[in-house]
Amino acid sequence: MQEAAVQMPDTVPGQSVISAHHLDLTFQTNDGPVHALKDVSLDIAKGEFVSFIGPSGCGKTTFLRCMADLEHPTGGEITVNGVSPEEARRSRAYGYVFQAAGLYPWRTIGGNVRLPLEIMGYSKAEQAERVARVLELVELAGFENKFPWQLSGGMQQRASIARALAFDADILLMDEPFGALDEIVRDHLNEQLLKLWARTQKTIAFVTHSIPEAVYLSTKIVVMSPRPGRITDVIDSPLPPDRPLDIRDTPAFLEVAHRVREGLRAGHGDE
Amino acid sequence: MSRNTLPVLTVVLAIFLLWYIAAIFLNAAWAHDKATRSGEVLTTQTLVADTWSQEKPKLPAPHQVGAEIWKTTVEKKITSKRSLIYHSWVTLSATLIGFALGTGLGIALAVGIVYNRTMDMSVMPWVIASQTIPILAIAPMIIVVLNAVGISGLLPKAMISMYLSFFPVVVGMVKGLRSPDAMQLDQMRTWNASATQTFWRLRLPCSMPFLFTSLKIAMAASLVGAIVGELPTGAVAGLGARLLAGSYYGQTIQIWSALIMAAALAAALVALIGFVQRMTLKRMGMA
Ligand SMILES: Nc1ncnc2c1ncn2[C@@H]1O[C@H](COP(=O)(O)OP(=O)(O)OP(=O)(O)O)[C@@H](O)[C@H]1O
Ligand SMILES: [Mg+2]
Repeated sequence: MQEAAVQMPDTVPGQSVISAHHLDLTFQTNDGPVHALKDVSLDIAKGEFVSFIGPSGCGKTTFLRCMADLEHPTGGEITVNGVSPEEARRSRAYGYVFQAAGLYPWRTIGGNVRLPLEIMGYSKAEQAERVARVLELVELAGFENKFPWQLSGGMQQRASIARALAFDADILLMDEPFGALDEIVRDHLNEQLLKLWARTQKTIAFVTHSIPEAVYLSTKIVVMSPRPGRITDVIDSPLPPDRPLDIRDTPAFLEVAHRVREGLRAGHGDE
Repeated sequence: MSRNTLPVLTVVLAIFLLWYIAAIFLNAAWAHDKATRSGEVLTTQTLVADTWSQEKPKLPAPHQVGAEIWKTTVEKKITSKRSLIYHSWVTLSATLIGFALGTGLGIALAVGIVYNRTMDMSVMPWVIASQTIPILAIAPMIIVVLNAVGISGLLPKAMISMYLSFFPVVVGMVKGLRSPDAMQLDQMRTWNASATQTFWRLRLPCSMPFLFTSLKIAMAASLVGAIVGELPTGAVAGLGARLLAGSYYGQTIQIWSALIMAAALAAALVALIGFVQRMTLKRMGMA
């Protein structure tokens, strides 16, 4: 009956960047099958900032990995940019930011950001130009020749975001990119991420455990619940696109946060 | 550095002390024999002096070995057949060629095992089996077979070196090439990287610490291989030949000086790899 509460967004399917219909994914493990995703339907329109929130093990990462063709659904359909995730991956349609920065210790920050560009065969001049531009974007200009261990965790995470931005993917998939950082750094990066999103017009799918983070960043918040992993609520944010950090104290913000919390609680009580 | 000097010196001193004491006990019998024959009476002092200065002692004293090494390195021309440096060079050249071949073969097999399922299932048992056969049994066969097809000299010895040294490289490199974690491999996948790109940009750099550890073991094994390869041929040159000739004629001092030379050579080669390892890993930010 929770399924009844799911609001399907009324975007035209042709315009949606990511479109999942009745997605199912069951992992076969030694302890029997694990139903990681059950009947997940969602449309993400171009330019949206969508957050996924829910308790641990509810399939947020799995859903994101399905979009990225890193996991293969056992049922239902999913398209990315109107084609299969595999085709989208092959045409380098998205940048993926993992929870850990995952920078190569043997490459400089510049070298790390350049890595996908080398793989994709950009010219040397183009590589240099893009590396400089995205490092500027994440406020790491001047750190190009530093090695990862010379940077703080927050700076490393920004470098990994720069790496995902360096090539022309108009989709950004982010799996708890700020999960390991402290509150202050996190606030700062959230602010920067919003600016970056406004500037680049990318479509962003963002996994988080933090309600304020989800509400602050998103145009749409997807609440999920575990066993089996499914969507229990989709909340369209009424907040304006221009969001200073102190918007988090406004009644409108608290109202949305409250709704998310209710959604999470409902999903929990469902077990 | 200076913090280590005292402990190291203590150990070296202890070894020398034990060595001298052992020399007294092992060589005493011969000293007594000699004394009885010539009707001399041995005091403790003359006994000790004799055990440390015999011509063919059971265990030569350190200073005897030292003097022999000095005589056969510094005081002999390098071109002389009695120069230990000449013999070391003969063994070293076979060691280095065998090491290079073994490293190449080891890396090639490791790449095959990591990238090819069939090789993954089939090659490893053979690699392990190859090392369970005692090298002393194989060495003469390799030498004889290669001699029969007209290959002699350096190459057969290098082959034996290779036989011993490829094994640690295969084992280390398979582990090293598989050391990138799932996230790093997924990352490559999101960029739609080809297998070759993943190899050069991720797997190979990740395997470097493993490679260097393997190379140290392989280098020592190569040297053993080259020396063993000199034994069955009745070779005229090389540290193995010196060992063999020494044992024919009971020249224990010669045997020990060749042994010490081999040990020093191994230590120097392994230290050299250690140095390259430190430099490389430091530059790569992995040390
Ligand atoms: N490769 C896998 N093999 C087997 N089971 C898996 C695999 N990956 C995920 N699962 C299971 O699928 C379920 C969903 O996992 P997922 O990682 O998507 O959760 P999540 O919402 O991202 O959790 P968290 O917030 O802790 O990151 C979990 O029960 C997990 O154990
Ligand atoms: Mg997760």
